[in-house]
Amino acid sequence: MPLTGGRTGGRAFPTTRRSVIDATRDENADVRRAAFDALVAAYWRSVYTHLRLKWRAQPADAEDLAQEFFARAMARGFFDGYDPARARFRTFLRTCVDRFAANARRGERRLKRGGGAAPLALDFVAAERELAAATAGAAPEADSDAWFDREWVRSLFAEAVAELRAASMGTPHEIRFVVFERHDLAPAAGTPRPSYRALGDEFGLPVTQVTNHLAWARRELRRLVLDRLRALSGSDAEFRAEAEDLFGVRIP
Amino acid sequence: MTLPENVVAHLQEVLRAPDPPGERYMLHEPVGQGGMGTVYRASDRALGRDVAVKVLRGDVADAEAAVRLEREARILARLEHPGIVPVHDVGTLRDGRVYYVMKLVRGQRLQDFARGAGRSDVLRVVLRVCETVGFAHAHGVVHRDLKPANIMVGAFGEVLVLDWGIARVVGVGPAPDCTVPPPSPVSSQEAAAPPRDPETAPGTVLGTPGFMAPEQARGQPGLVDARTDVYGLGAILRAVVVGDTDGRDVPRPLAAIWTRAVSPEPGARYPSAADLASDITRFLDGQPVTAYREPFTERAGRLFRKYQTAIILVLTYLAVRLLFLVMRGF
Repeated sequence: MPLTGGRTGGRAFPTTRRSVIDATRDENADVRRAAFDALVAAYWRSVYTHLRLKWRAQPADAEDLAQEFFARAMARGFFDGYDPARARFRTFLRTCVDRFAANARRGERRLKRGGGAAPLALDFVAAERELAAATAGAAPEADSDAWFDREWVRSLFAEAVAELRAASMGTPHEIRFVVFERHDLAPAAGTPRPSYRALGDEFGLPVTQVTNHLAWARRELRRLVLDRLRALSGSDAEFRAEAEDLFGVRIP
Repeated sequence: MTLPENVVAHLQEVLRAPDPPGERYMLHEPVGQGGMGTVYRASDRALGRDVAVKVLRGDVADAEAAVRLEREARILARLEHPGIVPVHDVGTLRDGRVYYVMKLVRGQRLQDFARGAGRSDVLRVVLRVCETVGFAHAHGVVHRDLKPANIMVGAFGEVLVLDWGIARVVGVGPAPDCTVPPPSPVSSQEAAAPPRDPETAPGTVLGTPGFMAPEQARGQPGLVDARTDVYGLGAILRAVVVGDTDGRDVPRPLAAIWTRAVSPEPGARYPSAADLASDITRFLDGQPVTAYREPFTERAGRLFRKYQTAIILVLTYLAVRLLFLVMRGF
């Protein structure tokens, strides 16, 4: 069953072979919009977290700035000047955010929320709640760049899991995803994962079938993550470097 | 949707696990890490059992490392011995990395075992290691990375020598008394087309400081033979007997055994692992060891300790007899 190119929680993910970053410069407005949506999905949490931690923006201000940043990026082609030979796209984007926030702070620009564009439907309340929980006890000067990367990885996995779920549910693969969800996604921090035998008893499956289902789901998820990574990278070299960082292996 | 941190961390870990082609093996958590590869616990779904899969680490996965791991699998496959983990399968991952499948062994590393065991138990484990290494030498294989961390002591007393990643197939050693024979007949195919040995380049140093023989540390592969492993065995013996202590209570004959084994000059060491094992056995049996010339007083003391019960019985008998004679006389 082809899973590539499915929908992610209602969001379409553009072609996985072409770089999303290239697509933001496409002549076709629909292609540009889809690419832009993919970038927002991958990076909005990182941007919001960065604004909260590095720029010490209050939640409401960070939300406004994040919305404004993406709106202007789309309208004014912030990413057109990206050169894959000079830096990873993630680094470039973070630099763009820093410049944008610095300008906003200096008051050199009067921010009109969204520049007239409709605000993006992003769950900032949940992001703020998770950020508060994740940074509880952390020093205020915690490495905001590391948080930026961490949130990016989290978004990458979340979107890939959502795509896997959408592609599996209601199909013969549903049981595979459900077993995967019970074993790999469900346990709360500090609680043990169910054993393969317990899962087998729960779903009426032999243990070997449980491991088969898990192997399938993990393999598909790995492929989806790599597809997203490839699409979100500015170059093949960047993709390989990101994949090596993420999975510790070189992509052949 | 969002994912909690612990779920992301778990997914990253499971997706980092190599993905063997086909449906047979499913990898789980890492159970060991060496200089070249990572060992994972895995499910062999065809046979319904747990196995261990060693995969090249991503950061060292180059052509030379692949050759080395293949060699390791082939070497292990030809060394069928209870002290050597059997290899079941070998293959290549989708990303091109070589892996091999072996029996999953559970137990303690030697240094951990030694902390909770008596000296004689530790010495018997070292004896088993000597036997295993001697077997490998008899098949023309030198381990070259012997250290406590590469020795596993299983729950049922089994002793396994692990990590043959830098092992080397050697011919007849340079010294006439070296006991390493040419490779066994099963290696005839390899002899015809020997696998490239990335470790043979002069100047290349592979091994572990503290357990590596001087000729190995100097990067002189031409001088590596069975006595190189004898050095490693001696270093192991010293490490597990002395442990965290200052070693003052170690009997001199025992210290002499490892001192001879770790001689800087290969010719001054035991010529083979079997000779080293013989001396350890003699020590355990309370006999004089070849590595140590005993002074008369020490010899008398050793004999007394060895025959303590009999000597005390005879002396008691003589004392009673004398007392009896004296009493009768008066």
